[in-house]
Amino acid sequence: MKELICITCPKGCHLKVDEANDYAVSGNACPRGAVYGRNELLHPVRVVTSTVRLEGGPTPRLNVKTDKPLPKDKMFECMALLDDVTATVPVHVGDVLLANICGTDVNIVAAKSVL
Amino acid sequence: MSYDVIVIGGGPAGLAAAVAAWDDGCRSICIVERDRELGGILNQCIHNGFGLHHFKEELTGPEYAERFVDLLKQTGVDVKIDAMVLTITPEKEVHIVSKAGGYEILQAKSVVLAMGCRERTRGAIAIPGARCAGIYTAGAAQRYLNIEGYMVGKRVVILGSGDIGLIMARRMTLEGAKVLACVEVLPYSGGLTRNIVQCLNDFDIPLYLSHTITDIQGKGRVERVVVSAVDEKRNPIPGTEMEFDCDTVLLSVGLIPENELSRSAGIEIDPRTQGPVVDEDFMTSIPGVFACGNVVHVHDLVDFVTAESQRAGKAAAAYCRSGSPTSETVLSMKNGDGVGYTVPQHIRLDDVEGSVPVFFRVRAISHDKKIVVRDDEGQIIASFPREHLAPGEMENIKLPRVLLERAHGGLTVSVE
Repeated sequence: MKELICITCPKGCHLKVDEANDYAVSGNACPRGAVYGRNELLHPVRVVTSTVRLEGGPTPRLNVKTDKPLPKDKMFECMALLDDVTATVPVHVGDVLLANICGTDVNIVAAKSVL
Repeated sequence: MSYDVIVIGGGPAGLAAAVAAWDDGCRSICIVERDRELGGILNQCIHNGFGLHHFKEELTGPEYAERFVDLLKQTGVDVKIDAMVLTITPEKEVHIVSKAGGYEILQAKSVVLAMGCRERTRGAIAIPGARCAGIYTAGAAQRYLNIEGYMVGKRVVILGSGDIGLIMARRMTLEGAKVLACVEVLPYSGGLTRNIVQCLNDFDIPLYLSHTITDIQGKGRVERVVVSAVDEKRNPIPGTEMEFDCDTVLLSVGLIPENELSRSAGIEIDPRTQGPVVDEDFMTSIPGVFACGNVVHVHDLVDFVTAESQRAGKAAAAYCRSGSPTSETVLSMKNGDGVGYTVPQHIRLDDVEGSVPVFFRVRAISHDKKIVVRDDEGQIIASFPREHLAPGEMENIKLPRVLLERAHGGLTVSVE
């Protein structure tokens, strides 16, 4: 039995995950907690948010995010990729700036519109 | 120039209040924002986790702001950006200075205060040591990094475990800095538990509870900090000193509602929240002046700011139509054992439709307790079981009108 704190939402449920019983989760207040608890032990993932260079905008940086959670051990690899990305105005929220990063189906997308 | 509703501040509170006032039928609204764009602090909060309550999905701060800016664009609300409000008079004259408009005086029928809050600084908590460069509030460092594109340091110690400090611990680490420690004077963190997990534990950043910075050393730039354990009275314990070689100290030691304008207008301020005293519709002590969001009390979640501000915006529109509410019964709200404050501070019973949400923070961490609301005769009006209570997490309860009608005198909220 492994004890975790769910990070899916700010409530922070105290989860118990039973490795011996097909990673059954208890202590979760919603279904997202059951998914998180199982994933966290089998293959933990995180959404990465950061910024990239922006040309033609009012500020020098554009904030971006992964459009899906990325395997946790690939976070720094993802950060290194962002060093070479430059976005140019106009940018719309959700625009894909870098596709299928780190050998996954995760994309880096703009998280703000700058028109 | 005059407007029905003038909203001071274009962050999440101001945006939600303006849109709600428009949706309620008000057609003469202006938002005054001092930054170069709308969105307020959300623009620099590039991490995700916003909007789970309101939008039922997980957004970054700028995405959350953009949703509301898009809604605002579909209205006829006027927006003044790069415009600073200098003062608000009790007669609801709003004095503004800006490059575009010079000095302007706008007359409002109703004002919504949505100025947000400000970080506590080194001066506010009197940390001893050298007055060298490299000491930032966490929010200032966040703006430098996320908006202006500057790293503020390479080896970082964070004082305080508020959410912004925790978020910055992760952010600085991802950008290549070494965060040596997060130091919290209290025996528990002031931040959300999820942020301890995903910002500190994910990156093996140690959290020293019941510790504080007792010296900052450095010529020109920070070179070293000394961290000591503290006793129950928060006094440093000699002999427990640890030294950290670092070039940067980030402070995440609390937020204070920004109420200079409220004070200048003569609005009554609650010393517990350091925000205006408000009723269930967030009207302040001056009829027609409303307040919402972090200017009233500091929130953990923007979703709750939005909900509160929608209520305030709607009430401001109603005030323009029909003037002051005229409730004969006013229930005062008091904080009892284990509760630090309540918002609202009083309820005008006759104006309540449905139920009144009441927000507060508890004073200590506890488990398996009840939040109990009693009237002045000690009669229990309502009771809410809670498995887990913590000062870092704002609590809220809903009091239905039918229960409020049974109360004799005021109401006291306590943890039992």
